[in-house]
Amino acid sequence: MTTELTTLLVEIFVALLILIGAGFTLLGSFGLVRLRDLYERLHTPTKATTLGVGSLLIASAVFFTWREPGVSLHEVLVAVFLFITAPVSAHLIAKAALHQRSPSRSGLPPETLLEKHDGHGAKPRPDAETKQKPSQPG
Amino acid sequence: MNELPETGLILNLALAVGFLLVTVAVLLSLWRLLIGPDQPDRILALDTLYVNTVALLVLLDIKLASSLYFEAALLIALFGFVGTVALAKFLTRGDIIE
Repeated sequence: MTTELTTLLVEIFVALLILIGAGFTLLGSFGLVRLRDLYERLHTPTKATTLGVGSLLIASAVFFTWREPGVSLHEVLVAVFLFITAPVSAHLIAKAALHQRSPSRSGLPPETLLEKHDGHGAKPRPDAETKQKPSQPG
Repeated sequence: MNELPETGLILNLALAVGFLLVTVAVLLSLWRLLIGPDQPDRILALDTLYVNTVALLVLLDIKLASSLYFEAALLIALFGFVGTVALAKFLTRGDIIE
């Protein structure tokens, strides 16, 4: 009687975590399609999707700890790795977009600031319009 | 075909809904990968795509009640991150290893 109740409770808990995780994962990809420029689109995959996958991994850890002897720790490894790497990749993608002068709805930072962060070996894209102003004769 | 190990009705229902939602998420990020107007958009879509694949593999593991695919999920997460870093660095510096 008690074991049946425990089984039911664990299943309800795992099912709730799976629904939350899958919902947040879908929300992340929906925002990726729906939002309007790249700097807005960076938000949803890095926050909502990471939270969703983390919830799914917690569900898996609870499920395997309950079903098999011993504590299941593989999932924690994947979760820690994803939680560490998500901000790093978002930062690198944002830097690449700023370097390419990807258009933003709320305006980019001033060009002097952007050039300072471009580094030495890098050239801005040739169709960036700020470079063409001083070369006009007269 | 092997018979699946028995899991309760509630868990099976939640797994079915979870597979549906994550598959729709994969399709949405694939759509962004196809229409993405710029190169950083496509890198971001690829990043989302591999995280969604990790989610699908975790759901498959719970469904099959075997921890067979965790290594695959870990490898996809690792190489996906390496790929994202390499692509973003190529766009930023014009070279990957300087």
